[in-house]
Amino acid sequence: MRSKTNGARSIRVDMLARVEGEGGIRIKLKGEQVQDVQLHIFEPPRLFEGFLRGRHYQEVPDIVARICGICPVAYQMSAVHALEGILGITVDPAVRLLRRLFYCAEYIESHALHVYMLHAPDFLGYPDAIAMARDHRQTVEQALRLKKAGNQLMAALGGREVHPISVAVGGFYKTPSRAELRAFVDELQWARDASIATVKTVAGFDFPDFEQDYECVALRHPNEYPLNEGRVVSSGGLDLDAAEYDEHFVEQHVKHSNALHSRLRERGSYLVGPVARFNLNFDRLPETARQAARDVGLAPPCRNPFRSIVVRAVELVFACEEALAIITEYEPPPAPMVRAAVCAGSGCAATEAPRGLLYHSYEIDERGLVLSARIVPPTAQNQKRIEDDLWHYVPQLAGLPADQITARCEQAVRNYDPCISCATHFVTVEVG
Amino acid sequence: MSPILIICCGNADRGDDGAGPLVARHLEALGIAARVGRGEAFTLMESWRGADDVVIVDAVYTGARPGTIRLWDARTAPLVPQWFRCSTHCLGVAEAVGMARHLDRLPRRLRIYGIEARRFETGAKPSAAVVKAAAKVSERLAREVALCTCVP
Repeated sequence: MRSKTNGARSIRVDMLARVEGEGGIRIKLKGEQVQDVQLHIFEPPRLFEGFLRGRHYQEVPDIVARICGICPVAYQMSAVHALEGILGITVDPAVRLLRRLFYCAEYIESHALHVYMLHAPDFLGYPDAIAMARDHRQTVEQALRLKKAGNQLMAALGGREVHPISVAVGGFYKTPSRAELRAFVDELQWARDASIATVKTVAGFDFPDFEQDYECVALRHPNEYPLNEGRVVSSGGLDLDAAEYDEHFVEQHVKHSNALHSRLRERGSYLVGPVARFNLNFDRLPETARQAARDVGLAPPCRNPFRSIVVRAVELVFACEEALAIITEYEPPPAPMVRAAVCAGSGCAATEAPRGLLYHSYEIDERGLVLSARIVPPTAQNQKRIEDDLWHYVPQLAGLPADQITARCEQAVRNYDPCISCATHFVTVEVG
Repeated sequence: MSPILIICCGNADRGDDGAGPLVARHLEALGIAARVGRGEAFTLMESWRGADDVVIVDAVYTGARPGTIRLWDARTAPLVPQWFRCSTHCLGVAEAVGMARHLDRLPRRLRIYGIEARRFETGAKPSAAVVKAAAKVSERLAREVALCTCVP
């Protein structure tokens, strides 16, 4: 923190720790009044939409998987749904279930990583998970086993743990046998029980007294907790098809970020991610997950962003329970993939990445080559919301020593589990 | 089979970060098995589970001259995470060692060969200094494996 003689102070975090990608924060204060907040994202633009132009549609799932090492399934799922919409493909019900299982695996590995390794150290007073492991060995052992359970399921479905290679437009290149999936049952049962214990553990942390009136945005499905499908709904009354996304949401460039800021055209910042999903879909969670939430006094609407760690733990319970249910009823599809005649067209889809709503839109030509692609990742959508949280949270901290203000602000950013690397791939360069 | 588990970390398509995979290729040509990985902390800890004698080879960035070879006894030497960090998406070699130390998951013997790197451009080949250093590290490891396998 820097102080000036006129009472103005600035809080600077040049490099945020325990987030994926490179970013920082700058906050200007005068007394207790916040004068400016900027979430700086200086990770260079990654230009994925540009890479996709001219590539065959069937290459898209493998290319977009490279956007993120933590949530590649999300990028693959939004892409295949959008492209299948263009080509008029309806996948086999067993393939649909496998995709949902694939997403569960990603939720388990991603949420286990964030809850335990990235966010818990903030609440327990450690600089990182390594230091935390010294005093909380059993907790860290549990985290490693949970993450491994997710990773192994990812590898079984995707061919490898990171950047899976099995996803195709129309299905999968290879689907697992019933026996291959049944082999995961014991470990997933352990993971579900460990997740229920996790909910209790993290609910016991101390949470700052801070609430915001968010406009939550998430998918909503008629009878499932949303992963792959659903309408885009919000606590502010939105209820729309993904095709109407652009009528209500807009992206804009701000000078201090290499990721585009998203906002609702009429109302500004909004929230995507676990808390938004939970608030809008509590009734779609399996009973085990709902009970785990009730047992710790967590009910929608959750307005305290610091309690997102509890919501993530509840979603861990959901992901394990859902995976077990899918494996129990799974019968391999007659064919791993549906093929379709190529046609020109455009389409879009949104799915629920662990960090929130992930929107993709594509246009392809009559040869199946991508003419344009657009990807709106959850962290990009949450940027403005993160800044708004800091605007309102920092005045509570004004009397604290500088190092504590800085630490609390970093913790507030980590409430969002931001994946900065995912967020930075807009295109500003015109090609051709 | 080699009594030493050799884990070579890095990305063959990112310039000098390909030092580890390059060592693995040299060793393979000599008939010595080496695992290749990204150097992600949790995967590393799984990789060496059950092994007694482990050597990790990775590109490092300590500020020394490119191609400089460093050898650390990871059970005792302090390791700086930034030396090994080639990705902002995951924890790396130093974090794996730190966490394993607290969880009693360190192998009985764990050494790290660090090859000083400078350039990490996408699609680039390793620099001449790093290629030379990778060959040297491979020779040292091959000699060591040969000695171990000769002892009755």
